[in-house]
Amino acid sequence: MSNLRGNKVRNAVFAIVGLIAMLVSSLTLLALIAALAMDGSSRFSSHFFFSFPSRFPEEAGILSAWVGTSLVMLVTACTAIPLGIAAAVYLEEYGSKNWLTDLIEINIANLAGVPSIVYGLMALGLFVYQFRWGSSILTAGLTLALLILPMVIITTREAIRTVPPSIREAAFALGASKWQTVHDHVLPYSLGGILTGLIIALSRAIGESAPLMTIGALSFVAFLPHPPLQQEFPFLSFQWLMDPFAALPIQTFNWISRPQEEFHLNAAAAGLVLLGMTLAMNALAITVRARFRKRLQW
Amino acid sequence: MGTRVPLLDLSHEAGLRTLSQAMTGERTLRRIREWAIEKILLLAALVSIAITAGIVGLLLYESLVFFQSVSIVDFFTDTQWTPLFADAHYGILPLVAGTLVTTAIALLVALPLGTVTAVYLSEYASPRVGEVMKPFLELLSAVPTVVYGYFALLFVTPVLQKIFPALPGFNMLSAGLVIGIMIVPYISSMSEDAMRAVPMHVREGSYAMGATCFQTAFRAIIPSALSGIAAAYVLGISRAIGETMVVAIAAGMQPTLTWNPTQPAETMTAYIVQVSMGDLPHGSIGYQTIFVTGLMLFLMTLVFNIAGHILKKRLRRTA
Amino acid sequence: MNPVMIALALTVFGLGSAVSALHVSAQSPSLVKVDGSSTVFPISEAVAEEFQKSTRGAVRVTVGISGTGGGFKKFCRGETDIQDASRPISSDELEECRKHAVQFFELPIAFDAMTLVASPKNMWLQAVTLQELKTMWEPAAQGKITKWKQVNSAWPDEPLKLFGAGSDSGTFDYFTEAVVGKAKSSRGDYTGSEDDNTLVQGISADKGAIGYIPYAYYPPNKNKLKLIGVDAGHGPVLPSRDTVENGTYTPLSRPLFVYVSKKSAERREVKDFVEFYMKEALKLTEQVKYVPLPADAYQTSLEHFHDGKLGTVFQGHSGVGMRIADLLKRESIQ
Repeated sequence: MSNLRGNKVRNAVFAIVGLIAMLVSSLTLLALIAALAMDGSSRFSSHFFFSFPSRFPEEAGILSAWVGTSLVMLVTACTAIPLGIAAAVYLEEYGSKNWLTDLIEINIANLAGVPSIVYGLMALGLFVYQFRWGSSILTAGLTLALLILPMVIITTREAIRTVPPSIREAAFALGASKWQTVHDHVLPYSLGGILTGLIIALSRAIGESAPLMTIGALSFVAFLPHPPLQQEFPFLSFQWLMDPFAALPIQTFNWISRPQEEFHLNAAAAGLVLLGMTLAMNALAITVRARFRKRLQW
Repeated sequence: MGTRVPLLDLSHEAGLRTLSQAMTGERTLRRIREWAIEKILLLAALVSIAITAGIVGLLLYESLVFFQSVSIVDFFTDTQWTPLFADAHYGILPLVAGTLVTTAIALLVALPLGTVTAVYLSEYASPRVGEVMKPFLELLSAVPTVVYGYFALLFVTPVLQKIFPALPGFNMLSAGLVIGIMIVPYISSMSEDAMRAVPMHVREGSYAMGATCFQTAFRAIIPSALSGIAAAYVLGISRAIGETMVVAIAAGMQPTLTWNPTQPAETMTAYIVQVSMGDLPHGSIGYQTIFVTGLMLFLMTLVFNIAGHILKKRLRRTA
Repeated sequence: MNPVMIALALTVFGLGSAVSALHVSAQSPSLVKVDGSSTVFPISEAVAEEFQKSTRGAVRVTVGISGTGGGFKKFCRGETDIQDASRPISSDELEECRKHAVQFFELPIAFDAMTLVASPKNMWLQAVTLQELKTMWEPAAQGKITKWKQVNSAWPDEPLKLFGAGSDSGTFDYFTEAVVGKAKSSRGDYTGSEDDNTLVQGISADKGAIGYIPYAYYPPNKNKLKLIGVDAGHGPVLPSRDTVENGTYTPLSRPLFVYVSKKSAERREVKDFVEFYMKEALKLTEQVKYVPLPADAYQTSLEHFHDGKLGTVFQGHSGVGMRIADLLKRESIQ
């Protein structure tokens, strides 16, 4: 009882501390965006979005860069999401708990710390030279997918772990099979956590430059990859997977290293566009996650 | 109903048995489907393991070649790292020091900030505030690392120089601070998810006993969510150690053995970037230093991860 | 159907079709692949841009920045058509090219003058001799030569802060060979960076700073930096287009190259591109603020290209302090 006042004070103090903590992070982000906007807003025009790079800063645009980033992220997402979730489900639900699975868990956590450029070097040896896929969108997408795979697996496993055992037991008691339990009960409830992991992982992938530069992403390309949708049958083409490409983070890096001040403005604008693209990419996941989190009822 | 099924038999076989009693017709089809799904998932898991093997294999192979020319003793004791100079020294300590200092600073920022933010969003703030702030903070992890690097160099360093006038243009402090801010979403978002998933009855029980938000959060919720929070910490630490561009741009690229954060230094990751994107001929011993450095990094994170794993197991037992 | 199954199906479908796409022969318009040094990149970018405009998109040119080392690796495996290089091909790389039966043309295309700059706050320095530079940069200076007065007693007792290229770059190799006498021989305690903009920043802010940057980074930052002349024995010389071209700014001007694969040059589009490059390089090099070669040097290079003069004249080393006219006359080895 004597501690009552102390508890209340601690509570109130922490509320303020928490608010400040949140503000510090938010303000830093706002400062960053403001710094980018101050420099980059002068460049925003339809010309900037739909032109190719050039040696003249005012002429240079990001068309090949944002198209390249979009296509590469498409491959990354289509690879990392199913592969990561499937692996995590197996490791968490099906695998037996022994020293081997412990070792695997440690190893995957370790992979999350390997610098991105080592993945680039590995991809260079494997995808570019061994498989002869060259410096293509497919190579880039797979490299980034491998990079974020550990993160997806770890966060999915944690999300699955938060589902109380009672849910699984109830399902088994009603006669559900293993897969039915996982698919109809465990996964829907862990979807919120899985989506968080995906958001953070994909956000990381979209902003990476070093591994892409290693596998040979281009800094000057004045044409677009083949379009995925065609006019003749079968209406869907995969030729674009093998095309060379550019990427927004690399373009940003290239421009900011140039001596001319005007190129730095381009770089700031490109950085803002990348942030916008990430937000757009995450928007779907964010809305789905919000809806699912409301539904959690235990 | 013939055979008595024990009430709490949760084995895979029991599940299947019940199944087959209930629906004999679809038994075979379901069994095949279950088996197939399990094998597909296993395949996915094996791919992830294969990647580890691939990376470790690559690092080991090139490192072995390296150690044929350089003695291991020198590698760990030499205080200079100048593999690309005419007078080459191959002491890894300067790079290790650089990595440790920047990571330590980053964690000093990110762990408290991230955890407090997570607790605040999960226990104090209203759900609507949470749903807005969470994606906003996640945007921090979306900023390209190149942009963060220049932010540290052109914005943070000048600001810090107003506080410490003697601060050089390249220093580990700016880089560490920016990396810390960058990994806040890793800590905060994942911890918040873990805390959010703790069943309501735990909270309700705590409040029913008259606990404040603060006490509930720290005495009831966090211990239950410890596994997820620990995973968030592990990911955050791994990310901080493995960050390349921010340190490459803001901390300088000259390896010097120093533990002083106001000095420039080079981290293991920045060195790898420097060499692999530079003008060095691939295949030379200078190039092999990339892989040795990568191996050191891998081993360092392995030590942290094993320690974290043991800690997690111990905590899970007592929680 | 639920999302997981859809995603799985899409992935399988996607990967399967990707495999089939691999068998689709490349019917795309002809492609010229350029890769290599980020120093040479601005020039190649300019040429590629103009070339594509002139062919109205019939020929596509891509330019990458894997670095001179990474670029040579790809070039010697026959994966790129043209290599941008800020240094001559090394003996290891020559061996690699031989192993893969890749023969090449070595075409110098521009000069990069390493420009010595100091802070505008520096009031005492106008020019520096090669001997003074050596005293500042040699390995023996590490930890010992820390004040300007120690290098030249006429200078004040200010702390000496050195800035320069990172140790993995061709710039570093060239500078150390020119100043200290042996490539890669340098003191370790200087501020190195790959990014020249940050070097500009650092030098500009520090009164006791001195460093070297590529010439292209000086004009945009004129008001932040003080240009320092180099005295190689014939009086101080400031870098400019004229002094580099006529060879008086020495030994800190180094040639930049493109290497063209002989096999690629047999393709019509590559041949056209190289000819376009040699013809337009003078104008475009100036536009991107590099120092062009004398006009007849490009002519000679083009002749070498047409005559089939393969190989490198550098025998695997850099040719510090050589005049371009002499370089072009040398015999080459493959």
